[in-house]
Amino acid sequence: MSTSTETIEQLATREYKYGFYTDVESETIPKGLSEDVVRLISAKKDEPEWLLEWRLKAYRLWLTMKEPTWQNVKYDPINYQDIVYYSAPKKKKVLNSLDEVDPEVRATFDKLGIPLEEQKLLSGVAVDAVFDSVSVATTFREKLGSVGIIFMSFSEAVREHPELVRKYLGSVVPHTDNFFAALNSAVFSDGSFVYIPKGVRCPMELSTYFRINAKDTGQFERTLIIADEGSYVSYLEGCTAPMRDENQLHAAVVELVAHDDATIKYSTIQNWYPGDKDGKGGIYNFVTKRGICAGRGSKITWTQVETGSAITWKYPGCILQGDNSIGEFYSVATTNNWQQADTGTKMIHLGKNTRSTIVSKGISAGHGQNTYRGLVRVGKNARNARNYSQCDSLLIGDKCGAHTFPYLDIKNTTARVEHEASTSKIGEDQIFYCRQRGITTEDAVNMIVSGFCKEVFRELPMEFAVEAQKLLSVSLEGSVG
Amino acid sequence: MLEIKNLQVRAEGKEILKGVDLHVDAGEVHAIMGPNGSGKSTLARALAGHPHYEVTGGTVLYEGRDLLELDPDERAREGVFMAFQYPVEIAGVNNAYFLKAAVNAMRKHRGQPELDAMEFMQLIQQRSELLDIDKSMLTRAVNEGFSGGEKKRNEIFQMALLEPRLAVLDETDSGLDIDALKLVARGVNAMRAPDRAIIVVTHYQRLLDYIVPDYVHVLSGGRIVKSGGKELALELEKKGYSWIETGAEPVSA
Repeated sequence: MSTSTETIEQLATREYKYGFYTDVESETIPKGLSEDVVRLISAKKDEPEWLLEWRLKAYRLWLTMKEPTWQNVKYDPINYQDIVYYSAPKKKKVLNSLDEVDPEVRATFDKLGIPLEEQKLLSGVAVDAVFDSVSVATTFREKLGSVGIIFMSFSEAVREHPELVRKYLGSVVPHTDNFFAALNSAVFSDGSFVYIPKGVRCPMELSTYFRINAKDTGQFERTLIIADEGSYVSYLEGCTAPMRDENQLHAAVVELVAHDDATIKYSTIQNWYPGDKDGKGGIYNFVTKRGICAGRGSKITWTQVETGSAITWKYPGCILQGDNSIGEFYSVATTNNWQQADTGTKMIHLGKNTRSTIVSKGISAGHGQNTYRGLVRVGKNARNARNYSQCDSLLIGDKCGAHTFPYLDIKNTTARVEHEASTSKIGEDQIFYCRQRGITTEDAVNMIVSGFCKEVFRELPMEFAVEAQKLLSVSLEGSVG
Repeated sequence: MLEIKNLQVRAEGKEILKGVDLHVDAGEVHAIMGPNGSGKSTLARALAGHPHYEVTGGTVLYEGRDLLELDPDERAREGVFMAFQYPVEIAGVNNAYFLKAAVNAMRKHRGQPELDAMEFMQLIQQRSELLDIDKSMLTRAVNEGFSGGEKKRNEIFQMALLEPRLAVLDETDSGLDIDALKLVARGVNAMRAPDRAIIVVTHYQRLLDYIVPDYVHVLSGGRIVKSGGKELALELEKKGYSWIETGAEPVSA
């Protein structure tokens, strides 16, 4: 009988449909990292002296730092001299319009479902497309510009709005923050820059799509979003990479600044190449993301759906400095095959009446290891701080693992902090129950998983919630016999 | 409709069914009775294709097809329904959503258009009165926090929605008080139809007061040892299973 051989542990190969490589003529510098390389990157981008100095300061500090080892992931040592720190598709000339984007690059984004022609884009979504080390196109700039919104690549922002970049760069994640943030500060090549002026509600979703294409290349981008008083912006990032046997490093930094009564929603759909079914290859996703609710009544929401990468190491956090400010973190992290994730958040309550909510959903399948690590800190002046944390783990099969490390550091007696955690398993009996009602195994798993994740999915911008759900079902494909 | 011949089934390394023969025609209600461990539930689960029950011999023809060749979900879509003795809880999945997925899986298989949310709610409304299904049972997660009676009612409610050709009720009466039992029986009786067969697996005669079978079979030691009309159930009630068990060795599973 065919059903008797079925077990939940059975793993099939899954397809990573973004694993193709685009043959595009690139300008790539030799492997290795040195002060000269930092200078070279800065020179290629025609940067002002202050930015070069900033990079060099970070580089020199990085040399003295040690790679962190406390996270609950295992990998072979990274050889930082074996990475290419800058690779860009060769430009024939300066781009004046989207039509001038290299056809190969444009075709790549088309294939990824991110057409760069404005008329073809999802209505209401503006895109900055980053290909290896550089931004290749930003759509809807004029429309956004008409209400004073700045949405452009980081390099352009350095040229066109140096005063803003200089004021905010490193203000939330200083170059001294950690090993990977220091590395990023030294060699970052591009990224997105957003400024929403006072009182403006951004009329469309902003989005950056990151693509690693070149071999042996690391991607080090920086995103900086500033929401001025009373403004609102919803921003989404997505990412993919070709399938390769070698691991590739992605070490990004994202900084968010919300002034009085401003709201920033930052959503991530992370689908870097996760490695093959034997754990070969895949992206090391070592990312530092932090936002500061600098002003009264400001709000920052992080929503992340992490399905890709061989290793994910990130803790998007909020510094709740302004009184009555709100920080939120909604996360779905899946690990299948040999993927590892150590992810969570930091909520730092400094102002009075600050509130934070953490909802973390970890799904482990195959040999995947999924760790939630979260810090809730309430400073001594943060009267009436409130936190609610919920960490749920779902296990599929019995070779995977789920781990939860909540850290609480409370220095004010008026604080109220709640933590709830649960672990459940998709059982064979649940699958059989669904199948007895005519529902296929695959649909049953999808139904159970999306039921498990719905509190997070409803925080995603509507256009992407469906995508995220599909992505999740692809990433767990074959995890149940 | 259903032709079981010399069916042998193993579970957890033990031979439970040792050659069961059963013939069920459309429109009939058969009761399978027997002492604990006689293999009643094993028969029900093997018919549904539960992965822990391995068929080691015999054949099962369902509407002329080899039922054992089909995966559990294919069997369900072909019209084989089992009401679970222990309905499974599925956290996070809304019951109404689950029912809709099941109904639409069936409809798709039958070549009917899938129901949208509005049409589905109408269907629910029609069928829920009979079993006294209230709104909260639809909005909660599947079987989660349901009382024993609610779980069993939910099973029969699913049967009413899915309209199977062959329904196997596995100890649907266990854990029910008399009111809940009557309610469930009312639901099952409403489903009796000339083109539908129902197999009621039960330990007690009590359920058969309300769901009156056409045939009663006694399963003991992994075989059907006696068959008869509805009066056989009454006789069993009076005399106990030991009356029938002489010669058949008891099975401890």
